[in-house]
Amino acid sequence: MSNVPAELKYTESHEWAEVLSDGSVRVGITAHAQELLGDMVFVELPDLGRVLKAKEECVVVESVKAASDVYSPVSGEVVAVNEALADAPELINADPYGDGWIMTIKPSNESDMSGLLSAEDYAELAGSEDH
Amino acid sequence: MPYIPHTQRDVDEMLEVIGVSNIEELFDEIPSELRVKNLDLIPEAVTEMAIFRLMSERAALDEGLACFIGAGAYEHHIPAPVWDIATRGEFYSAYTPYQAEASQGTLQLLYEFQTMMANLTGMDVSNASLYDGASAVAESVLMAIRSNRKVKIKRILMPTTVNPAYRETVRAIVTNQGIVIDELSFDPSVGAIDVDGLPTDIGEFAALIIPQPNFFGQLEDVDHLTDWAHKQNAMVVGVVNPTSLALLKSPREWGEQGADIVCGDGQPLGIPLSSGGPYFGFLCAKQPLVRQMPGRIVGKTVDLDGKPGFSLTLQAREQHIRRSKATSNICTNQGLMVTAATIHMSLLGFEGLERVAASSHANTRALLAEIDGVDGVESAFSTPYFHEVVVKFSQPLADVLDAMTERGILAGYDLGQVYPQLENHLLVCATETKTNADLADYVANLKAVLREL
Repeated sequence: MSNVPAELKYTESHEWAEVLSDGSVRVGITAHAQELLGDMVFVELPDLGRVLKAKEECVVVESVKAASDVYSPVSGEVVAVNEALADAPELINADPYGDGWIMTIKPSNESDMSGLLSAEDYAELAGSEDH
Repeated sequence: MPYIPHTQRDVDEMLEVIGVSNIEELFDEIPSELRVKNLDLIPEAVTEMAIFRLMSERAALDEGLACFIGAGAYEHHIPAPVWDIATRGEFYSAYTPYQAEASQGTLQLLYEFQTMMANLTGMDVSNASLYDGASAVAESVLMAIRSNRKVKIKRILMPTTVNPAYRETVRAIVTNQGIVIDELSFDPSVGAIDVDGLPTDIGEFAALIIPQPNFFGQLEDVDHLTDWAHKQNAMVVGVVNPTSLALLKSPREWGEQGADIVCGDGQPLGIPLSSGGPYFGFLCAKQPLVRQMPGRIVGKTVDLDGKPGFSLTLQAREQHIRRSKATSNICTNQGLMVTAATIHMSLLGFEGLERVAASSHANTRALLAEIDGVDGVESAFSTPYFHEVVVKFSQPLADVLDAMTERGILAGYDLGQVYPQLENHLLVCATETKTNADLADYVANLKAVLREL
């Protein structure tokens, strides 16, 4: 079973969400997701300032095997994107919860976070998909 | 390429292997209401003998005529080796082979083609070709709309000096995607866009299309237009004649930043006129736009043993990886035409292409000098031109053209057909294929026709 940090929140569509000290939410895809997709070759990032709804498609991650949508875990405005991914999409494979982060959202609805999965629930979901 | 017939027995055996009772069943996936039952406009099939006869008769109608019509497709001399090599069994296919990497020769050829087109246009990357010039413009429009991150509005500016057939195709392809095409008119006294009269309150647009030379053969003020569009955060799509690029500055050098996307029809590079096709389109762009490019790109790489080789890079991405997220429904290239064009360019070299361009310009210039001033005929525009010009007639042009055709000369294209404001205006082109005697013949016949009418 791949790494599922306990302090993060998760979605059923394999994104992770982390509340930063200023209240914004950093988003990436899980170690499990990047393992399924394989080597990343391109990440289509959203424009800064774009206003997203929870579960809205906003990023395309493209690997040698497939192109997949990434969905926003929360509603809000995109306030930062990981520009490093433009030249080094493999950061998602190497460090999905750290240097491989995708974007930061300023949430417009605080309660969105509480609707997300805990690490334990996500680990169970990801584990069930392995079988 | 072998001709492989199917007997009924072959078909039955294949159906049995895949467990289907008849061919119709293979199309079950398609809802019946979406299927076209009767193709009323398609005539009944005829025999090989009958179609050969029909096509021979039609081809004969073109024989013996001297062609002075350009208007988007141009007669150029094609060295004999071009089609001799292109039609060898190893190359002779309309498509890139399935299992493309097994055909390293084809891939290498496409790689060379891309290099040549990138050099000609001054762009960083070229794809492996598209269907024709019109579809290349449409794909460029879609690409510009996708790539422009500063302007989100789905609107483009299309000068009416762009080939009318291209404009019609672009409209047909992009309109259903919610893209608005607004026209930019030209100054009828100069035959090009009046850059001093550019609208100041035109609103946001994602891209400006710039034809060079334009449909009338005239040169647009590409520097001014490029800077004007870029100042408004719009992208610039150049629509160019590849032959002209041997003389004119490359679109990379237009204005301060150069065009962003360059496309056009590759027909002048070794493809015969053949009543309108097949031709091929090309599409080149600056490096940051490569991920938004439709079609295919052939890349050079090394195999496990470190030996150089070629691979189809973009096709796998579009067809097998991105699928419904692909940038375009076009995942192909115009293989055979590009093969001919690549051989053509390699035989001519840059110097040869430059000589073709220069003598085409010189012939058109010489023809214009002779006919401008013939009673009832005058040059319509004073703008610099490449190898096509517009002359205005004081009498009905259709009659003149008919009489010229009877004398064995296709004298040009009647612009009044598509531009009401250019009634009795003739677009005429003399490429390097025309000798001094041909030009003299044109002028003598034109004078005779005008006397008779």
